[in-house]
Amino acid sequence: MSEVAVSPVPMPAKRRGAQLLMLALAVAIVMGAYANVGLAIDGQIPSGMLTYGLSLGGLMLAAYLVLAKFAPWADPLILPLVTVVNGLGLVMIYRLSESDSGTGRLSSPNNQLLWTLVGIVLFSLTLIFLRDHRALQRLTYTAGAVGLFLLVSPLIPFIGRELNGARIWIGVPGVQAAQIQPAEFAKLALVVFFAGYLVAKRDVLALASRRLLFIDLPRARDLGPVLIIWGVSLGVLVMQKDLGSSLLLFGTFIAMLYIATQRSSWVIIGVLLFVGGAILAGMVFDHVYQRFEVFLNPADDELFRRVGGSEQLMQGLFALGSGGILGTGLGQGHPELIPLAFSDFIFSAIGEELGLTGLMALLMVYALIVERGLRTALAARDPFSKLLAGGLSFILAWQVFIIVGGVTNLIPLTGLVTPFMSQGGSALLANWILIALLVRMSDAARRPPPQAIQNEGLTQVFQR
Amino acid sequence: MNRTLKRIAVACLAMFALLMVNVNIKQAVQAEDLRTDARNTRNFFERYAIERGRITAGGKVVAQSVETDSKSFRFVRQYPDAKLYAHVTGFFSPESASAIEASENDLLDGSSADLLLRRSIDLFTGEPTKGANVDLTIDPRAQKAAYDALRASGKRGAVLALDPRNGAIRAMVSLPTYDPTELSGTNKSEVFSRYDELAQDKSQPLLNRAIGQTYPPGSTFKVVTTAAFLEEDSSRGPQTNVDAPQNLPLPNTTISLPNYGGSACGSGRVTLVYALEQSCNTPFGKIGMEVGFDALKEQTEKFGMGTQIGVPMSVAQSDFGTDYDDAALAMASIGQRDNRMTPLQMAMIAAGIANDGTVMKPYLVNKITDAKGDTIDEADPEELSEAVSSETAGKLRDMMVSVVANGTANLAQIPGVQVAGKTGTAETSNGQPPHAWFISFAPANDPQVAIAVIVESGAANVGAEATGGHTAAPIAKAVMEAVLNK
Repeated sequence: MSEVAVSPVPMPAKRRGAQLLMLALAVAIVMGAYANVGLAIDGQIPSGMLTYGLSLGGLMLAAYLVLAKFAPWADPLILPLVTVVNGLGLVMIYRLSESDSGTGRLSSPNNQLLWTLVGIVLFSLTLIFLRDHRALQRLTYTAGAVGLFLLVSPLIPFIGRELNGARIWIGVPGVQAAQIQPAEFAKLALVVFFAGYLVAKRDVLALASRRLLFIDLPRARDLGPVLIIWGVSLGVLVMQKDLGSSLLLFGTFIAMLYIATQRSSWVIIGVLLFVGGAILAGMVFDHVYQRFEVFLNPADDELFRRVGGSEQLMQGLFALGSGGILGTGLGQGHPELIPLAFSDFIFSAIGEELGLTGLMALLMVYALIVERGLRTALAARDPFSKLLAGGLSFILAWQVFIIVGGVTNLIPLTGLVTPFMSQGGSALLANWILIALLVRMSDAARRPPPQAIQNEGLTQVFQR
Repeated sequence: MNRTLKRIAVACLAMFALLMVNVNIKQAVQAEDLRTDARNTRNFFERYAIERGRITAGGKVVAQSVETDSKSFRFVRQYPDAKLYAHVTGFFSPESASAIEASENDLLDGSSADLLLRRSIDLFTGEPTKGANVDLTIDPRAQKAAYDALRASGKRGAVLALDPRNGAIRAMVSLPTYDPTELSGTNKSEVFSRYDELAQDKSQPLLNRAIGQTYPPGSTFKVVTTAAFLEEDSSRGPQTNVDAPQNLPLPNTTISLPNYGGSACGSGRVTLVYALEQSCNTPFGKIGMEVGFDALKEQTEKFGMGTQIGVPMSVAQSDFGTDYDDAALAMASIGQRDNRMTPLQMAMIAAGIANDGTVMKPYLVNKITDAKGDTIDEADPEELSEAVSSETAGKLRDMMVSVVANGTANLAQIPGVQVAGKTGTAETSNGQPPHAWFISFAPANDPQVAIAVIVESGAANVGAEATGGHTAAPIAKAVMEAVLNK
């Protein structure tokens, strides 16, 4: 350890003890919320609480042990933070299932718990088998191909399914339960692809051709990849009517392009392309135009009554208003009145029962996860890791922004899951893998460098 | 790349900041609007989530919340006496409420600031919030007597009984009525269709005629005209002689004012008390023209007309009328033309005379107690106005006693009790039979109850001068007997 002592970089502590304590706290918060729901609805602690507590606590302990063994230098905050969010999602879905309304019957807390278990197993397996995330760089184009295939797979006859107006599902014909949303995994593969591709091409993409006002314009021929991604995003929107994924994908690509090339012109071009695409889509597609209409005037009575109009959004806003600053308390509101309260609108449901206070805390937890991810990106030692960690963190923040902004009418509503909270296995599994990748990279970034000086020199080369 | 990564970090921070600001706008700034939006069905469930307080009257429960098995509707409203107290309690429907259920709503549902302490204690002890109980001034026996007697007449109408000493409302009945239970269910479509049915019913069962409807007061108003006449000159009294022609020619018109049924009134020159006993029209028409519009209007205002009154439900405005020439003034002086009074206003006139000239502010809520029984608020009787001097009040009382003893209101006599009263027969313009009125108080020497009764189109044609007394007086008598325990 003598090298460590003389290193000019202050060594981060492992802080495994702190992490274990925080994990225990996270599990305790979730269990407290469970008990709260039971006491409010039936006047007693829920009967399944021991099972829930033991499974969640046991799993988290297992995840912790895997992490301590295979990524000992990893960021101590990420896992506890994700545990809280995932746990609160479970509690809300359980709470919704306790009500006797339609939304209640569509909630399946046991399935969600099962998916959480599988998610944590995947998290552990990723940590165990992916010892060096830079291996992913070699799979850049494979990841791109896999991502694209997953993205278009719902369009393949027989296995593709359409649900709630969006064709984003695939499944085994005839089996109702075996359905997955491939876009959630495509998202991961594509971020890996973007990172690998941009690391290879960023010098070229950063070349300027002409200067217009204060902006260095990129060369016209380098616009190719951007236009391709733009086309793919529009394709997702047109073919699958999935506004959320389309926006998520394009925004993430532009952000990663900016990180890699350090050129704000790309951001401007991206925004222009996006606005153009949005206006185009609004003119051509009724359902897109309707989203704008609803966004601009959700309280309008005519829109409220229209099928597919603003009622869903307004129910979410009513929930927020009824929750007020302190919320009604878990189990004491009427979140079951919100359509899709267990998925797209779970944020509104939380807002009703935990109030503004709860939502601020929840947003803070998400912000902290993102911040830990971006910190990992800053501390990472090679460009691929920086881009991958930055991209994964950004896609998480961007996804929260799109869906939470949508249900709170900050931006037009586009369907997306709320990471770690919404009911649904695909998103949960994909996000747990995302977290495993971040944890893996944070371990690499915080691990004492064997050749610190040389690495610093390398970093210098890339810095502008 | 660190420079751009930091910028991306700032962008992420900005996104979260935007979300947080927006959530604050929705949950703090706009929360009230969103919460109370009519389309927010939570309000509907909320109405049934807490145990509303009871409404009681003289120790009897007239409205209460009972627990149900439903998860969505924990408590529903029950009215044990169905129609009897309908216009007093009102109803508590999925989206609205009426009468006491509406005006005392924040106490009944526990949201009032007066209950803050109770709520804070409940918060710590973990007890569910319960609404406060509202105790009414209604005397159940008087209410029942009024309801039964008015119903027996088979007509529409209203009864309002006051305690003249403090203004407490002892009975408030309006017929036809409705069953508030039917409007307080949780099945919205059922309740709404029943409500529409009642609202469209021509007999207006939802209207509380005792405070919400004005009628021409007819001859009962002669009491006010007499009051103005006596107040003008303290030397006047029951034995003062007044002109009582068979027909009173009305100035600037070709018509004249006759007595009821065109009959004569004594010898043409009679005492004031005789004119009141027989309810002659011509003397009071003449008196009205003599004292003048201003004095008469002022006298009516001193009895409470024109004052906004909430009992706590708001009361329709009584009005003496405006822009009268002498002919019209003569008609208004005997309670016709544009002269319109609520039954409550007429009861206040009787009560003012009974209470030595002082009109007390009428009220319906006796006491508010929280769920534990601690008193939160108690009625504090207030003087509304000094209507007449106590001498004038004494003279009026004597004359009204004489009306019952010797005049048109003999049907209101109660053995062993001195009853004071005045009948009225109010012409209506639409060719219907006239309304029958009766105002009274008893016992005259120690008044405990003052009453106004109106029976719409209830004046049966059974001989001159006896009509108002015929249908309305027995109803008042029944209520007085109930109050006086006779």
